[in-house]
Amino acid sequence: MEWLDPLALARWQFGLTTVYHFLFVPITIGMALVVAIFQTAWYRTDKTQYLQLTRFFGGLFLINFAMGVVTGIVQEFQFGMNWSDYSRFVGDIFGAPLAFEGLLAFFFEATFIGLWIFGWDKLPRGLHLATIWCASMGAILSAYFILAANAFMQNPVGYAMNPEKGRAELVDIVAVLFNPIALAQFPHTILGSIMVATAIIVSVAAWHISRGQHFETMRPALRLGLWGLLASGVLMFISGDSLGLAMVQAQPMKMAAAESLYSTTAGASFSIFSIGTPDGSSEIWSVRVPGLLSFLSTHTFNGTVEGINDLQVAYVKAYGPGDYSPITWVTYWAFRWMIGLGAVAAIVATAGLFFTRGHRLPKNKWIWKIAIWSWPLPLIAMSVGWIFTEMGRQPWIVFGLLKTEAGVSPGVSGLDVLISLIAFTLVYGILAVVEVKLFLKTAQAGPAPIEMTKVDGSDDEQPVLVGTVY
Amino acid sequence: MDLAYLWFFIVGFLFIGYFVLDGFDFGVGMSLPFLSKDDTDRRVLINTIGPIWDLNETWVIVAGASLFAAFPEWYATLFSGFYLALLLILLALIVRGVSFEYRHKNPDSRWKKWFDGMIIVGSAVPALLWGVAFANIVQGVELDASFTYSGGLLPLLNPYALLGGLTTLLLFFTHGVIFVSLKTDGELRECARVLATKSGILTIVVAATFLVWTTLAYGSFLSGAVAVIAAVALIASYVLNLRGREGWAFGFMAFTIATAVLSLFLALFPDVMPASNNPAYSLTIENASSSNYTLTVMTWTALFALPLVLAYQGWTYWIFRKRVTRATVLVSAH
Repeated sequence: MEWLDPLALARWQFGLTTVYHFLFVPITIGMALVVAIFQTAWYRTDKTQYLQLTRFFGGLFLINFAMGVVTGIVQEFQFGMNWSDYSRFVGDIFGAPLAFEGLLAFFFEATFIGLWIFGWDKLPRGLHLATIWCASMGAILSAYFILAANAFMQNPVGYAMNPEKGRAELVDIVAVLFNPIALAQFPHTILGSIMVATAIIVSVAAWHISRGQHFETMRPALRLGLWGLLASGVLMFISGDSLGLAMVQAQPMKMAAAESLYSTTAGASFSIFSIGTPDGSSEIWSVRVPGLLSFLSTHTFNGTVEGINDLQVAYVKAYGPGDYSPITWVTYWAFRWMIGLGAVAAIVATAGLFFTRGHRLPKNKWIWKIAIWSWPLPLIAMSVGWIFTEMGRQPWIVFGLLKTEAGVSPGVSGLDVLISLIAFTLVYGILAVVEVKLFLKTAQAGPAPIEMTKVDGSDDEQPVLVGTVY
Repeated sequence: MDLAYLWFFIVGFLFIGYFVLDGFDFGVGMSLPFLSKDDTDRRVLINTIGPIWDLNETWVIVAGASLFAAFPEWYATLFSGFYLALLLILLALIVRGVSFEYRHKNPDSRWKKWFDGMIIVGSAVPALLWGVAFANIVQGVELDASFTYSGGLLPLLNPYALLGGLTTLLLFFTHGVIFVSLKTDGELRECARVLATKSGILTIVVAATFLVWTTLAYGSFLSGAVAVIAAVALIASYVLNLRGREGWAFGFMAFTIATAVLSLFLALFPDVMPASNNPAYSLTIENASSSNYTLTVMTWTALFALPLVLAYQGWTYWIFRKRVTRATVLVSAH
């Protein structure tokens, strides 16, 4: 039966669970950093509103964190469960960064998050501040290791083939950890996470301010969010550019597919928008920037960009007969939506900073509506960016070494995968509803007032710090 | 290839860490219907593991990743072969983890009841299925020449494996209940101590049967000797609990679980996944492991990381050493 094809089902499951997991990851990474900054501000200035912000956004952060943790276990198990032949082929290399991630980053993050949540009344203030920074650093470090693992799939380095075992083996761990793709992908991912988190902070703050409430806390949150969004948005373009250059080196087919460029061209133009046949092979109408694709690929406006057809011929020669191009309409549009939504988010941030400059607050309710509803822009941009990265790698699971169809588990039936796909879809769907409801409820409740108490023998007041109790 | 033998025991150590630590989390979760008379009790129970369940659960992520890195063939065969069992474990861990975090977010009693139910099921299912999985590893499954198991779920539910599952279920249950008596006060502490004496008898009978079966059918002299130590420790834990020595009872219970898992790993040695149909298809430490270079890199990382991990996790347990009481929980509103 065609619809019980284990390969197609396993691919759908991996795509679904990974995109879902990665909705929570950037929020966690970005939000932990922002919460750490708020808590540092409170530590240094003693201003209560920063403590309120720390606890308020900390609460939102934790609602997401829980989802990121539990959906993350699925990711690690899934390589073995659905992609056992892939695991046998690359485990010698791919497993190491995963183990590093666990030993060096996950333990660290999980332990210090627990200390932060429950340690408010058990740790001295400075030490408690250190715990949120540790958790944040753990999250960022874990991102590096998993990106290094992913980079091997895009651009295999530091390995040698072992024909006897039929697998790739690690020969240079430094090359794997400092894969040019990982080095370019890491800032791109971290900056993207900061965009995601700051856009959410802008949205929440704008919602409260537009209702004329929590001005004391939400005004600084709004400004910090807007500045963070603009700064990370601008840096995002630089990091995206360097990632693009690294990608052209490692996977020229992916860049060709990003533009649906069929023949090798010097001074290739970049289409902002186009209407054509669904597979992108012929074009009816488009808006084009001359030389831009060449610039993105080579940093010169008349550089040569290899086209899909020419690469296909070269790959058939190198790897044998087969289709070596990804689904071009997916890569074409994913690439544009990623850049476009990110750019709109940066423009929103610029406009927001302009409208709220000095002590101004705009009266126009549409300005507030836009600020509130801009939160999904970076999140969707990030998701389609990853869809571009991973779909653009096809038909390979490890570029040039192993095709996706050869990586799937031979012992797992289509029915098994269908069962798990349905189970994950149901559970993830229900959890999404619960998660969003809780997030909205907590966000709309606003920051809770901080109870103050007199310090013995003086008129100074200190905030009462209570650790979380479930 | 010597490092592969070291990594067999490091992977064993990580799974021991997981079962000893998340084991009592599972036990606390399963004990909710037995120990709590009202919502405050349930909150006390959940708060005994509140700050630590996440770091305890992280042990399985690290164990899984280390298995992947050190023994890719073992990881691939095990995880694809035990597909549906692992799916159930994953779903259980998902709902359990989310429930801990979301239960207290809404004072509505129906909301809480839902999450209580998911904590109980989400704790019982992995407690049972990890035992089933490990018993099947020790017993061996049918593998083909490419080390693939494609028999599905039903052959895994054989009597020996189910007894293994019942053993971990009961061990973790009693482990968790003793943890409750160590971490709470008043009526709850006393109830937990009494419950542990009841479940302790059953645990001793079932665990002893399983260890004897393992030793006779699949074990070696060494695995048998360690199994005897596990059994003695289990009885010691039972007696210490009877006498109200909670800390010691808990310590011996942790030691029981550690030695019982060690005994399974020793029974497995030098295989990692025996083929029950043809010994030539068995996965062994030698043929399942990564290259020597990878294992060298991993060894240095583990040597650096593990002492650090043990130190800061130990410190965390020290920070949260106080007993959780109804009064501490009632300070916050939910």
